[in-house]
Amino acid sequence: MRQAARLFGSGALLALLMAGSGSADPDHDDLIVNGEIDMIERAPAPPYVEAFDEIISGWSFRSDETQALQMDDFDNPGMLGVERARVMFDTPMGSGGQACSSCHETPEALRGVRATYPKWDEERQTVQTVEMQVNECLTERMGAEPLGYDSPEMVDMAALIASVSRGMVVNVAIDGPARPVWEQGRELYYTRFGQLELACANCHEDNAGRMIRADHLSQGQINGFPTYRLNNAALISVHNRFRGCIRDTRAETFPVGSPELVALELYVASRGNGLTVEGPAVRN
Amino acid sequence: MAENVTPRVRVPETATAGEAVLIKTLISHPMESGQRKDAQGNTIPRSIINRFTCDFNGQNVIDVTLEPAISTNPYFEFEAQVNESGTFVFTWYDDDGSVYEERKEIAVS
Repeated sequence: MRQAARLFGSGALLALLMAGSGSADPDHDDLIVNGEIDMIERAPAPPYVEAFDEIISGWSFRSDETQALQMDDFDNPGMLGVERARVMFDTPMGSGGQACSSCHETPEALRGVRATYPKWDEERQTVQTVEMQVNECLTERMGAEPLGYDSPEMVDMAALIASVSRGMVVNVAIDGPARPVWEQGRELYYTRFGQLELACANCHEDNAGRMIRADHLSQGQINGFPTYRLNNAALISVHNRFRGCIRDTRAETFPVGSPELVALELYVASRGNGLTVEGPAVRN
Repeated sequence: MAENVTPRVRVPETATAGEAVLIKTLISHPMESGQRKDAQGNTIPRSIINRFTCDFNGQNVIDVTLEPAISTNPYFEFEAQVNESGTFVFTWYDDDGSVYEERKEIAVS
């Protein structure tokens, strides 16, 4: 199966080259952010990702100009959200008069969080995303109102939490009690949705590296989320992106924060085990 | 009235006389074009940064007129030749009358 897929892939590439439209392969540029954070753009695929030998960051699929925006925090518009979240981090919220910094001191204390989420939560007996964890802090420890799962404030906070883990290797656990949720996510990944009857895998496995009209299809890795999308001129959460993809298949989508999208996030995140945390990345 | 407007500037701290230094500026601003309508069909009023200037020791370096088609968070990158130590003054003019100013020192040897 794997062999056949590869043969088919190289045949298509040859046809493209012969047609003179040039290679649509991701490039081999090296991503170093601020001249100091050296990212891993390519890594051996985890054993459960059968379609690829190598997993590749979405950054490698973008144009040089878009790539450059992520290489310097000054140029990265996603860092504006990170700055807003830094202010929020020190702002007391809720009945306890506490801020995030009352417990966590600085955002840097949360270094490493992004690399292992979504994660099984023993206390809650469920898989928790970073967003769910933020709301748990807000409602249960700080006596504050929860943030909307996909609200600008939440996306900013998620971007801040991702930013302090940049350069760390994604290492999401898929064994133990998280296993059934991971399997549900895998099931969703290969399920065809909508009038167009497309599964995630139809674009991001079968056609990764090819052009879908003017856009260069990536492997759909989520190590760069929340991502500043030039398309939206805003930071976009991973669930928002999932919804966009499912909507494009002309399907009814799952709500942000739903168990289905949490399961899908766990599965897709695990497909990037070995790449580095890039959020907030810059993409199309 | 635009909210959360924060100017950011990057200027090297030192340079040699006669050197052309690279300057980067960014201001967070929605740059509402005045062409869009809200859900009720009402025009959303235009709210943009309409002018950006940079001066060095009282001498103008760049003076830009911005138009509504410029996208959110306008970014400028340019070079300025510096012959002496001094101060760069960056000024952004908002449609609502606000003026945002940022200053950066540079030591020239």
